[in-house]
Amino acid sequence: MSIVVRIPTQLRTLTQNQEEVTASGDTVRALVDDLGGRFPGLRERIVDDKGIRRFINVFLNDEDVRFLDKLDTAVKAGDVVSLIPAVAGG
Amino acid sequence: MLRPRRLDSILDAVGNTPLLRLRTLERETPGVSLYAKVEFANPGGSVKDRAARQIFLDAIARGELTRDKILIDSTSGNTGVAYSMVGAALGYRVALVMPSNVSQARKDITRAYGTELIFSNPLEGSDGAIRHVREVVADDPDRFYYPDQYSNLSNPRAHYLGTGVEILRDVGDRITHFVAGLGTTGTFVGTTRRLREHHRRVRCVAVEPAEQLHGLEGLKHLASSLVPPIYDPSLVDETRFVSTDDGWDMTDRLTAEDGLFLGHSAGANVFAALSIGRELAARGETGCIVTVLCDRGDRYFAPMRWEKRYLW
Repeated sequence: MSIVVRIPTQLRTLTQNQEEVTASGDTVRALVDDLGGRFPGLRERIVDDKGIRRFINVFLNDEDVRFLDKLDTAVKAGDVVSLIPAVAGG
Repeated sequence: MLRPRRLDSILDAVGNTPLLRLRTLERETPGVSLYAKVEFANPGGSVKDRAARQIFLDAIARGELTRDKILIDSTSGNTGVAYSMVGAALGYRVALVMPSNVSQARKDITRAYGTELIFSNPLEGSDGAIRHVREVVADDPDRFYYPDQYSNLSNPRAHYLGTGVEILRDVGDRITHFVAGLGTTGTFVGTTRRLREHHRRVRCVAVEPAEQLHGLEGLKHLASSLVPPIYDPSLVDETRFVSTDDGWDMTDRLTAEDGLFLGHSAGANVFAALSIGRELAARGETGCIVTVLCDRGDRYFAPMRWEKRYLW
């Protein structure tokens, strides 16, 4: 299944400047693994060995997956996943 | 506290903040003293009160900000709170453009003062907010006064007239290092300009996030950002790059060990200051390091489960 993932500006150097990419998988974890395979370095920016990195917010549509099933959150066709960073500067 | 007891206006409570000695951390830096400016003691709760007050007062004095205009700027939060407080106190309307993923607390606080909020794309971060406010102003230039905190000389001037003078007053000739994170860069640039006028050389160290995508809210990774026009790299003796984990861990430690509940940018500043202190001590040198506690941690509470829906 192909899911749209929205990429923040800080990570677009890893996605050839694409604002949105598509990824395959049934869970957020599978999406992240799929992206990591195609965009080297991207997976490490999102997760570490403890799960989603503390300062990265992964949203499934308008829900923070921390409040769902974290990396095991199920995704379905039509969903949009967004990677939201902290806010910088001023 | 050194503050006067009677004030004519809340704006008179801005600045003149305490300088706090970090004695717990000094156990790791024998011979080196560590101090921090307690900027969360400003009435709006952050260091940004200084810049906001100066920006308002200078713009009014120059006749650029008049009662018929709305002051509008982009902000990641604290400047917005500060503008809102100063605007309310002086009787000027304020509008803010902020990425929609700024903390709920920041949205609620600014709205409480009567400020109008406009949200920009959270994926674009604070640079997206900058581009968005430019569009809003371009559409209706007569309606707004757009000070642009990133290019406004009143921002560093507040620290040149305030923070730098206060630090020299409170530690005097002992200061060897000043350490401050870069956001708009106003704190670093203005304070350092004042310290450069001091007769003895003070080493001024800028702090930036180590990673492009980071969790040190309020700090900018300049290499991947719109660099603020007020930034003056010639003032930087050294830049320390702090990882999000190091900044966050120091923030937690200061809360638990010193009763200082701070935002993550303050944690990053203290982490850098402590690192420098350890290095000096390891070389057997003495020193006096001053850094900045930008704001309190309660600005960053994550949304509770029942308020988890973000406004996009």
